[in-house]
Amino acid sequence: MEITRRGFLTLSGALGSGVALSSLGVNLGPAKAYAAEINKMQRVMTAKQVTTVCCYCSVGCGLICSVDKNTGKVFNIEGDPEHPINEGSLCAKGAGFFDLTEANKYRLRKVLYRAPMSDRWEEKNWDWALERIARLVKDTRDKGFVSKNAKGEVVNRCETIGHLGSSNVDNEECWLMSVACRSMGLVYIDHQARV
Amino acid sequence: MTNHYIDLKNSDVILIMGSNAAEHHPIAFKWILRAKEQNGARLIHVDPRYTRTSARCDYHVPLRSGTDIAFLGGMIHYILGNDKWFKDYVLNYTNASFIVGQDFYFKDGLFSGYDTKARKYSKDTWVFEKDGKGIPMRDMTLTHPRCVFQLMKKHYSRYTMEKVSSITGVSKEDLTKVYEEYSATGVKDKAGTECYALGWTHHTTGSQIIRTMSIVQLLLGNMGICGGGVNALRGEPNVQGSTDHAILYNILPGYLKMPAASQDTLAKYVEKNTPKSSDPQSANYYQNYPKFFVSFLKALYGDKATAENGFAYSWLPKLDDGTATSLMHLFDEMYKGKIKGLFAVGTDPAVSSPNTTKVRKALENLDWLVGENIFDNETYCFWKGPGVDPAKVKTEVFLLPASASMEKEGSQSNSGRWVQWKYKAAEAPDDAIPVGEITIKILDAVKALYAKEGGVFPEPILNLKWDYKDSKGRFDSLKVAKQINGHFLKDTVIEDKAKGTKTEFKKGQLVPTFGMLADDGSTASGNWVMAGSFDAAGVNKMAKRGKEDPTGLGLYPNWSYAWPVNRRIIYNRASCDINGKPYNPKRKLLEWTGDTWVGDVPDGPWPPQADRQKGKYPFIMKQDGLGALFGPGMAEGPFPEHYEPLEGPLSKNPLSGQLINPAIKIFNSDLDKVANADEKFPYVCTTYSCTEHWCSGALTRWQAWLLEAMPELYVEIGDQLAKEKGIENGQRVRVSSVRGNVECVAMVTKRFRPFLVEGKTVHQVGLPFNYGWLHPKDGGDSTNFLTPTVGDANTFCPEYKAFMVNVTKI
Repeated sequence: MEITRRGFLTLSGALGSGVALSSLGVNLGPAKAYAAEINKMQRVMTAKQVTTVCCYCSVGCGLICSVDKNTGKVFNIEGDPEHPINEGSLCAKGAGFFDLTEANKYRLRKVLYRAPMSDRWEEKNWDWALERIARLVKDTRDKGFVSKNAKGEVVNRCETIGHLGSSNVDNEECWLMSVACRSMGLVYIDHQARV
Repeated sequence: MTNHYIDLKNSDVILIMGSNAAEHHPIAFKWILRAKEQNGARLIHVDPRYTRTSARCDYHVPLRSGTDIAFLGGMIHYILGNDKWFKDYVLNYTNASFIVGQDFYFKDGLFSGYDTKARKYSKDTWVFEKDGKGIPMRDMTLTHPRCVFQLMKKHYSRYTMEKVSSITGVSKEDLTKVYEEYSATGVKDKAGTECYALGWTHHTTGSQIIRTMSIVQLLLGNMGICGGGVNALRGEPNVQGSTDHAILYNILPGYLKMPAASQDTLAKYVEKNTPKSSDPQSANYYQNYPKFFVSFLKALYGDKATAENGFAYSWLPKLDDGTATSLMHLFDEMYKGKIKGLFAVGTDPAVSSPNTTKVRKALENLDWLVGENIFDNETYCFWKGPGVDPAKVKTEVFLLPASASMEKEGSQSNSGRWVQWKYKAAEAPDDAIPVGEITIKILDAVKALYAKEGGVFPEPILNLKWDYKDSKGRFDSLKVAKQINGHFLKDTVIEDKAKGTKTEFKKGQLVPTFGMLADDGSTASGNWVMAGSFDAAGVNKMAKRGKEDPTGLGLYPNWSYAWPVNRRIIYNRASCDINGKPYNPKRKLLEWTGDTWVGDVPDGPWPPQADRQKGKYPFIMKQDGLGALFGPGMAEGPFPEHYEPLEGPLSKNPLSGQLINPAIKIFNSDLDKVANADEKFPYVCTTYSCTEHWCSGALTRWQAWLLEAMPELYVEIGDQLAKEKGIENGQRVRVSSVRGNVECVAMVTKRFRPFLVEGKTVHQVGLPFNYGWLHPKDGGDSTNFLTPTVGDANTFCPEYKAFMVNVTKI
């Protein structure tokens, strides 16, 4: 059982110190955790550093991701001391940024599909899903397309498909979604900017 | 934000109202505290609840949720009555002197032109008198009974201390203290700023609350200056960018207007949306609207958009005049069965949208749902939610795995309009790809089907320019960013007559500024406000990391790119007098040297307005060039007026015979129940977030460290109310509104105190909105079971901040 310092604290907090100490070994846990921290510092010093921007509120704090040169994986994320707004500091959410990487066991990794009336997800591949989504989009659009309104004015819109999100993706992605929606004639378009 | 985060340090008085900055924008709050440390700034917090923001401010003033306009209207009354307004600024830089047409009136809570049945105004009488040349008539003595100044004074004369205190529940002493202290910034060498967030926007009167503050700021000369402005501390990482790029029903990228059905040709659309000014001193920058719009169409349709086909204007969808298709309309129509398919990208409306019961019922009517996200959430899993039998839900659901923020390259815009480039640190796990790539793949597949089978009106789909992949077929964000910036589509020579220069640009070269966009199809720009994010040589200014600060004011002009044209504080020419000399030489944002402006990037190159020939007014995006004390563009009137929330404790508005905002849309499905001044739901309720969770919690609830710190839903109840109800701290309680209820832990606190409203004690309670049933299992469900489907009359931003509930022990 590999125990990180943070994991140790969480586990001992959850179980109560007596139980935790007896199950983990009284001395070994903290010592291992300390060793892990030293080890991490060494890895940070040899890592590739990549700058990014926080994905929560709109302050736009800078972060530095440390990437292991051998595995290509991010193993540490912290505030960017060069950034003029946050000057290296972060709030609780920003400080926990690492938990959004693939280290988080809840990350979605596969295309999931839920069939009508089913009570479960099933894994699918991209090609299958894209083909099926395109079919549904086209059929729904073609069936519900409104060329003219009640007054007889040309409106060329699709009123049967909605699009929500997102202010949690990059500008270039926002623009693509915005124009893709318009090309399909969607008008029920909205996202977090309004809520 | 009119200003930016670091600029908060330059303020002398910071009014935080409608925000809990210390907990929700902790790093922004660092700059607020720096103003206190460096300038001895006074920090004032006005909020229904005492929070950690209150704890760090000089003082906290509690007010009843939904009464902000009354509070600020009282401030306008105070400023005018006590002669605190900045005369030079108000006379020269606002429409205070404009004469309003004689048919305009205000009576008993309603302005002229109201249609009771339609719940809408005709704005025909909300106009200025004009002279023979078409220029608004002005009275520079401000004494004409129909000048804006006098009408405004009369309007807010009703907002007396007694009246405002009785509506808001704020004592007269506290009102006086805030008014006195804030209005002291109405002088040359002081700056006052306001920070708001969802606490202002989440109301049926949200837009008008912000406008009331804008009026205060104009009266005090606080707009366009260092340490001033009206500053939205926005809540999502790229909500500025997602708004700029208009993933919204009512605008197109760059704040271009969504075409209306009556505008059946490009000419009619352009005519309707291009403002005209006869005043030679008004820059009226939106006279360039056709250039921005045609360049947008060229970015969409390339060679297929020609002068002959109106640049493919007819391929854009049109909304019926005066209609809206916002989030609340979407779920209303879905509930009625009209909406068949939904894309839900990085969003969790089954938790975050108002009236959860209605939203979750509506989702069951879908034929299909496509989700894109890094985690699962209550929306994608609605078919197995509490009380739902999956065997009865027909919806096909796709959940597509997306890359997290650090797994892709691209830009994000912060609230101060800084567009910052971020880099890819690692590959996304397994089959996850960026949302941009998912968008490309889905539309590729749709395009292929239309190409193969034909279909209804395929032209806009088949002809959309859609070549944003790299050589490996992956999403290329740099290619998209350049398309957003824009290109010259033919060899072009730009002549600057003032400077006597000519610059040549080649076909395909990037447009270095939106001033070079054209309406003849010779330029393409996906979003004109971003034209200039690259230079003509292709250098990405969003990626800049220069730390120089030549003004010493924290503008950091070489760090990232701020739209428009790297201007850090908008309307900055208003920081100088009409001769271009800074009002406050100690915080010299800009100065006219006789032939040029020095400092921040000015709002246009023209001389200051004292130059009657070439000079321009400072508010260049306004048709008349001046700050709008009288704002005829708003849905509910040119002067903000206090109305009670849709659901409140009062059956009569103390200020008029009009109880609620007369221009809001009333949704009336069987699940849209309302209980105003109802003894069964006697407590005002509000909702908010916490530091450790973010929005619906759809990202943060999956993170063990954050969840450990804030594990479950709670309701904050004042100790006096708790005593009356026999509720103890930590007990399980049920909070219910007429629409639904949630179970949670009671947190008995001194942070909520009862208000004295119209002579009666009114209690307020509050809950965070960060929880949902999917995860954690025992964390509680959506607070929005309580909230009503109703929103602001201008924006349809839902009312999450004031409604009525009861609290009972379980």
